[in-house]
Amino acid sequence: MSTTAKTLEALANREYKWGFVSDIDADALPPGLTEEVVRAISAKKKEPEFMLEWRLRAYRHWLKMERSAGEPKWANVTYPAIDYQQIVYYSAPKRTGDGPVSLDEVDPKLLETFEKLGIPLSERKRLAGVAVDAVFDSVSVATTFKEKLAELGIIFCSFSEAVQNHPELVQKYLGSVVPYTDNFYAALNSAVFSDGSFCYIPRGVRCPMELSTYFRINAASSGQFERTLIVAEEESYVSYLEGCTAPMRDENQLHAAVVELVALDNAQIKYSTVQNWYAGDAEGRGGIFNFVTKRGKCAGRRSKISWTQVETGSAITWKYPSVILQGDDSVGEFYSVALTANRQQADTGTKMIHIGKNTRSTIISKGISAGRGNNTYRGLVKILPRAVNARNYTQCDSLLLGDRCGAHTFPYIEVGNASSIAEHEASTSKISDEQLFYCKQRGISGDNAVSMIINGFCKEVFKNLPMEFAVEATKLLGVSLEGSIG
Amino acid sequence: MTTTVATAKDRYLAEFQTLERGGAFRSPSWLAPLRRRAIDRFAESGFPTTRDEDWRYTNLASLAATPFRPAAPSQAGVPDEALERLALPGVEWPRLVFVDGRYSPKLSTARQLPGGVQVASLAEAMITDGDMIERHLGRHVRWDKNVFAALNTAFVDDGGFVCLPPEVRSETPLELVFLATTPGVVAQPRTLIVAGLHSRLTVVERYVGITDEAYFTNAVTEIVAGPGAAVDHYVLQEQGAEAFHVATVHAVLGRDSVFDTCGVTFGGRLARTTLTLEFAGEGGRGAINGLYVVGGRQHVDHHVTVDHAVPRCTSRQLFKGVLDGNARAVFNGRVIVRPGAQKTDATQTNKHLLLSDGVEVDSKPQLEIFADDVKCTHGAAEGQLAPEALFYLKSRGLGEETARALLTYGFAHEVLERVAVEPLQAYLDRLLMARLGSDPIAKEIV
Amino acid sequence: MLSIRNLSAGVVDKPDILKRISLEVKAGEVHAIMGPNGSGKSTLAQVLAGHPGYIVTSGAVTYLGQDLLAMPAEERARAGLFLAFQYPVEIPGVSNAYFLKAAINERRSRQGQEELDAMEFLQLLDEKLRIVEMDRSFVNRPVNEGFSGGEKKRNEILQMAVLEPTLAILDETDSGLDIDALKTVAQGVNRLRRPDNAMILVTHYQRLLQYVEPDHVHVLFDGHIVKSGGKELALELEGKGYDWIREEVAAAEPAGSSVAR
Repeated sequence: MSTTAKTLEALANREYKWGFVSDIDADALPPGLTEEVVRAISAKKKEPEFMLEWRLRAYRHWLKMERSAGEPKWANVTYPAIDYQQIVYYSAPKRTGDGPVSLDEVDPKLLETFEKLGIPLSERKRLAGVAVDAVFDSVSVATTFKEKLAELGIIFCSFSEAVQNHPELVQKYLGSVVPYTDNFYAALNSAVFSDGSFCYIPRGVRCPMELSTYFRINAASSGQFERTLIVAEEESYVSYLEGCTAPMRDENQLHAAVVELVALDNAQIKYSTVQNWYAGDAEGRGGIFNFVTKRGKCAGRRSKISWTQVETGSAITWKYPSVILQGDDSVGEFYSVALTANRQQADTGTKMIHIGKNTRSTIISKGISAGRGNNTYRGLVKILPRAVNARNYTQCDSLLLGDRCGAHTFPYIEVGNASSIAEHEASTSKISDEQLFYCKQRGISGDNAVSMIINGFCKEVFKNLPMEFAVEATKLLGVSLEGSIG
Repeated sequence: MTTTVATAKDRYLAEFQTLERGGAFRSPSWLAPLRRRAIDRFAESGFPTTRDEDWRYTNLASLAATPFRPAAPSQAGVPDEALERLALPGVEWPRLVFVDGRYSPKLSTARQLPGGVQVASLAEAMITDGDMIERHLGRHVRWDKNVFAALNTAFVDDGGFVCLPPEVRSETPLELVFLATTPGVVAQPRTLIVAGLHSRLTVVERYVGITDEAYFTNAVTEIVAGPGAAVDHYVLQEQGAEAFHVATVHAVLGRDSVFDTCGVTFGGRLARTTLTLEFAGEGGRGAINGLYVVGGRQHVDHHVTVDHAVPRCTSRQLFKGVLDGNARAVFNGRVIVRPGAQKTDATQTNKHLLLSDGVEVDSKPQLEIFADDVKCTHGAAEGQLAPEALFYLKSRGLGEETARALLTYGFAHEVLERVAVEPLQAYLDRLLMARLGSDPIAKEIV
Repeated sequence: MLSIRNLSAGVVDKPDILKRISLEVKAGEVHAIMGPNGSGKSTLAQVLAGHPGYIVTSGAVTYLGQDLLAMPAEERARAGLFLAFQYPVEIPGVSNAYFLKAAINERRSRQGQEELDAMEFLQLLDEKLRIVEMDRSFVNRPVNEGFSGGEKKRNEILQMAVLEPTLAILDETDSGLDIDALKTVAQGVNRLRRPDNAMILVTHYQRLLQYVEPDHVHVLFDGHIVKSGGKELALELEGKGYDWIREEVAAAEPAGSSVAR
């Protein structure tokens, strides 16, 4: 049993191997949030009028919210108050001149950083065929494969570029799924968002490769406010991967992102996240505050949006990837594995809003709690009266490793008509002594047995991840692999 | 809306002051500070609104807006039809009857019971068993968190008192009947049940309303099961069509005790039950069963909390609701397993059968787990009658109406099967059939 | 191969389930341990496998010249000791194939051999499936999840075939099996017998021993080995029942275990 205890301890106290820091000159604004800062951000990015207007409206709305109710306080997490005037809202690595950024002009130190992160920015492809739009602090550096995708009519670029080159698309869809009035962090993000990804798949096109973005937060005290917009027109398909890492820092860092997905008739968007934010040290100091609004709208008939996520980091996580099932016969899916260890706290889940007819949603949430971690699932399945014949299936399972952690589920099920069916199951378990002994009697070491059982627990979720991500996710969860997993 | 609620609060506060000044609360003396603290708690927040998480789906505006008054001390006699309603066919159990919140010695039959079983009105027992009551009243139910329990505690006047000394087994069920006859009245019955070491007891609480106009019942029942005791508890809610029924039940289970409770709800315009099961000793076993059959514009809300505060306890919950018309059901089942409560075994199942398109269900089965060597599952399902089952019955020659009636009955009956007292189960069965409609063939088959 | 000397063991609540057991098992032999419920049969199996819930209070066990009791469970397994469980546990989400591949490769890497890749492993698996007459469908199912009692037992034998143990202990493998399943299991077990391995069959009934013929039969009663003999002993036991043993023990002098050969 001592090997198992060591395994659990190791799992709970994982070393963060990506915790290095780049020292690159950052072109940053002083800390604080005022209307001038918003204007400065827009000016630095040379945005058209409509964009500045939108930011300002969002900022004024955020001010109103901040002065009246302040931040939302109902999540099952505790954290020290955030001083919004102490945060730097814009930080870009210095560029020489004002010309367009091409791969050759990129700061070599930057490229080195991406190298360390293992991102294939150049032709040295590690993950074959993956187009990467790498985000360093608040500015997108390069986008590979842009040309190949352009041949198919697919637009995959940084959000800033999209505002410049495709303003009509941005204007049409920005805020259509998450309006800036939606919540406190959405308003903040809408005012000061710096960059993110923009992806547009035209009618009838199936994106031939997985699109991916790596996030990174570098400068101290710089919040990261990413904005991503993905639009899939009729009959199109795209699979998008989001992966995150962050270096170790002493102060807490704020991450308030907004992701909007729009799927038209018969379109499908698959959005996968493997997140490994720095989680704070064993005492819970210095991690990332992660507040994200992610929402997909199945606007068209028979459209489908799937969220798949594996979360193994972040000091405080507050995110509820949701799907609005507006089109008839549309489908929403949510698959999630959340691991909390040390003193991490996660309050996460999903919302499935059934509006159209014959809609379907599936929620599979697996929580693993270790150390003193606290894992909360909060889900909402709302079936409006006119959403006839809706179907939902929810399964929430918790695996507790050790007796000082917690797992909680707060599912809200609101059914407004008699032709729909909503089913919910939840269970809590631990790795039993009998299972461990069985594995050992077959010669499998305690460590490997734990890893194996944990992977078995997460299997239903992992099989929905694109292959490369599944491998990375498995690695993130495992402690010592040595060829026995994968 | 805020003004209405504030007015309601003030009304009750004024009523409290009047009674206090008039000396109604003077004795017993130990109760006065408790009343004070409870009314202060009520004054702090007043009636909950939908902004309170626990009342998110249940709107109390109309309850708060109606000026209810406690029943006048002198009551006219109770009409015969009411007495007929009270009779349970085939049995004559010892019973205490309260009419509009006031004890009716005339209608009550529980007197000297064998073996030292004590059944009395709470008001009388305050005098004869003051110590026992002081030890338990208001010390278990969390009136600091539950505004209605605070209100009841502040105004506590009468209700049932049942006490079993150690080793005493009561074979006959005891009935506590709370009859509502007068519109515009608020009654706040308070019941305390104490089951001593290794005792056995069956208690049936009945809330029966014979007027179709609005009235308000705010009831609190505290149950203390001593080590090794076994308590079987039933609540039959047959309130009037426009009644507001708010009930709080708090049971504390001692070591190796067993507590089975089954609540059946048919009536009331707005019915809210807050039920808490608290495990205070290892080896406790609790079963909570509930059935509600509602239609029209009825609103039924159950908030259940099972607190596994100690190890090795088992809890089982089964709640089923049948909704028709424009009814609305709210179910919140919370199971909390505290740190160290190892070897907890808790399951919770909640199912709703929705028979018409105007209904709404809001269900929130919650798990809060802080210990790892536990077995906890919960399941919730909302839906309509299974088409395959309907088809099966039809393929055996039954018509649509009959098939639907049978399946609905079958769905609900699963809960009634857990009623161990046969005459009670038969009575509930009849009530159920009456509520579900009158398909003659189904009736025969059943 | 296996030498048990004066082994006493039990659990926290009952430390003396086994009372000074001694037993010698040589390569190529099949020993049957029979006894009524509560005699300690399963305890012996679990203690030899190294179940953490059991405590050895005295005695020694040598396996292939090594001190078995000093080895943790997984070490014993990698040294070729296999226990077919009486109640095989379920491991949701982990397929049989995956599980066995992990087990084989851990053993191989400890022994300095190269690990099998997916193709090689599947070939090996197919071979073994033929031996125990089971089909591929077992292989992709999660370990024991949703298996019937009989399927669980057969799955244990499949694992035994794949892992090729030196000493296999079968703990009541016959319980809960109908006659056809029993024959299939027995056939599989027989095909796995080799001159360089050995088996201990723990069983309550004589049935299995009709199909898997033991070289030696021992009767365990109240923690002692009270009788040993050849395969005829099993038949005698079947005919006379355990009461016969009970009476004999009551009549005999107290204490002392007989050393079985």
